Amino acid sequence: MDFRVTEDQEALRDGLRAFCDGRVPVETLRELERKPEIDRTLWRELAEMGVFSLRVPESDGGVGLGMADAVIAFAELGRRLVPGPLVWSQLAAGLVGGAASGEAIVGGLDLVGHPDAPHLVEHLESLDALLLLRPDGVHRVDPAQLSAKPVGTPLDPLTPVHHVTSLPEGEHIAGPDDAARLHLEGAALAAALMLGIAETTQEMATEYAKSREQFGRPIAAFQSIKHMLADMFVRQEVARAAVWAAGATLDDPEVGDVRRAVSAAKATAGEGAMRNARDCIQIHGGMGYTWEVPAHYYLKRTWVLENVFGTVADHEERVAALMAGD
Amino acid sequence: MDLRYSEADERFRKELRAWLDDTVPGHGTPPPYSDWDARRAYDTGWQRKLFDAGYAGINWPRAYGGREATLTEQLVYYEEIARAKAPYVGVNFVGMLHGGPTIIVEGSDAQKQAHIPRILKGEEVWCQGFSEPVAGSDLANLQTRADRDGDHYVVSGHKIWTSFAQCADFCELLVRTDPDASKHGGISWLIMPMDADGIEIRPLPTLMGEGEFSEVFLENVRIPVENRVGAENDGWRVTNVTLRFERGTAFASEMYHLQEILAGMVELAHRVTRHDAAAWEDRSLRREVGHLAAQLDALWAMVKLSVSETAKTGMPGLGASAIKLFYSGVYQQVGELGMRLLGRAALSREDIDDLPCQRSIGRAMQSLSLTIAAGTSQIQRNIIGERILGLPKDPKPMTAGAR
Repeated sequence: MDFRVTEDQEALRDGLRAFCDGRVPVETLRELERKPEIDRTLWRELAEMGVFSLRVPESDGGVGLGMADAVIAFAELGRRLVPGPLVWSQLAAGLVGGAASGEAIVGGLDLVGHPDAPHLVEHLESLDALLLLRPDGVHRVDPAQLSAKPVGTPLDPLTPVHHVTSLPEGEHIAGPDDAARLHLEGAALAAALMLGIAETTQEMATEYAKSREQFGRPIAAFQSIKHMLADMFVRQEVARAAVWAAGATLDDPEVGDVRRAVSAAKATAGEGAMRNARDCIQIHGGMGYTWEVPAHYYLKRTWVLENVFGTVADHEERVAALMAGD
Repeated sequence: MDLRYSEADERFRKELRAWLDDTVPGHGTPPPYSDWDARRAYDTGWQRKLFDAGYAGINWPRAYGGREATLTEQLVYYEEIARAKAPYVGVNFVGMLHGGPTIIVEGSDAQKQAHIPRILKGEEVWCQGFSEPVAGSDLANLQTRADRDGDHYVVSGHKIWTSFAQCADFCELLVRTDPDASKHGGISWLIMPMDADGIEIRPLPTLMGEGEFSEVFLENVRIPVENRVGAENDGWRVTNVTLRFERGTAFASEMYHLQEILAGMVELAHRVTRHDAAAWEDRSLRREVGHLAAQLDALWAMVKLSVSETAKTGMPGLGASAIKLFYSGVYQQVGELGMRLLGRAALSREDIDDLPCQRSIGRAMQSLSLTIAAGTSQIQRNIIGERILGLPKDPKPMTAGAR
């Protein structure tokens, strides 16, 4: 047992971090705000970094890595709020032609995790294929065939949504086991994105608190702020441990219970991201409440991710059910 | 990022589990808290069994009779100890986790020979004389005086929160040997025999009314200079060697055991009735259980990550503060859940209607000490803020003179 990231995983992380820092700085996010279309150049560059083909076997032209590597990569994408249906497009690699190479942008709706929710599809205008997870399997829908109405003001300015009023059956492309597997992998990847958010919001708040002076000293010197930051750090580390454990367990199911590990990750990372994003706004004070300071992007993206592949509450109930053997 | 134990680890687990299955049932049930003689006999008896089987001092060097297990074997050890509901370290805590390791690192050959084998075999019990009424979180403010008189120190002062004082043979004692030096500069670390003249032990009942710890009053206690560990006035450094042990994997077994405690609460929630249905039918209660279980899973993964890092670097990381802060908080939430499951039965500390009142209440109340002992949660947050996040130190309190 050695739970640390390997050297290869460190290289993957550092490479993606450098890419995202250079390619998706906060100024770029501002430019992308409310743009209905995904930047296809950026998407193909992400594909070249292996973001979508990461888990496709090398024999099929992929990178041949596992979920442990995928959660490390997705935490980096979460740190920079890289927009687009990242999770769905990786899940689709191997199922939908062109997804792995970035030529096809694939989105989805998880009707296993959210059966009763209104059908709000993210990034619909950019999608080349839409996947539906249903209990009986995975269905593929042609986005052009959907009757859908764009939502004028989405919560997350970087996640445009369409309201789909009637959902076609779609083409059945994989069975119930695959749908269940994609749901779990999707939850782990969404949790990884939220781990990235929990980390960045802590770092943003820490940097701000060190530089912002009131009463003649940096506000970080006040214990009320210092202790909030310490709690943010703990939440980030708790989320990291749970997300990494989910990745490692998905790759080697004998070391634990896959369903429990994934639910623990989605629950703890969901809580870590939500509370850290909120505290980040609080520590920024009045500026945190403005559009200008990007803290609000993180909270809004967290709400998007909270409502994919099962909410914190859903996953907590699942852990409880697994404990009771229900 | 590998969570799979090695074959050697699993072989170690198999042998240990077989031994625990054979040995734990025969050791009987723990005696009542207030019966110190019985507690000493029970805990040191278990220590002797560990020693005879080669499991004593799981993290101690082989040269000192320990097992010197790898860090992953230690994790396996803590998992199995918790799973088998084996006795905890109990009255051996200070000797095994503080005094012993400090003497191994800092003690003289004579001190090592006198104490190490006896601690390991459960023949010698230790207590800790660090804290004082005016020196809690600010430990270096301690005032207990030790004046040199020939080849003895003459020690007077007032120690507090001393667990196991009633049954200990020796005390690891921090004293001020140079009152004129800086706060951290004039402290020495002494081995005090508890049968010396001038020691008065006054039990200080906990909020459960139990004699877990005592105040210890020292009046002109004569302690041989040869009982000093490390150089005179170098006690603060020696102490920090000791404190690092407390924030390491010391509570790993208890952390793992929390999973079992929570599983017991799931079982209890099926038995107790609320509003004409099993408490388990309450969705908010199920969510709370799931929330805590997810946090405990994350906690154990944090321990595994910390152990993996320590195994490679040889140094326990600063992350220990985050683990301690998180663990103590989760433990209290589990304790509180147990109280709420009891409902009105929690008015009785004695078991009623097959409900585990005694155990659940004891656990909930005892858990309140976890965010206070071994560095309060507030101190842990300062450590995380200042040493990990690099935040500025607290401003010095303004004094009248400074104005």
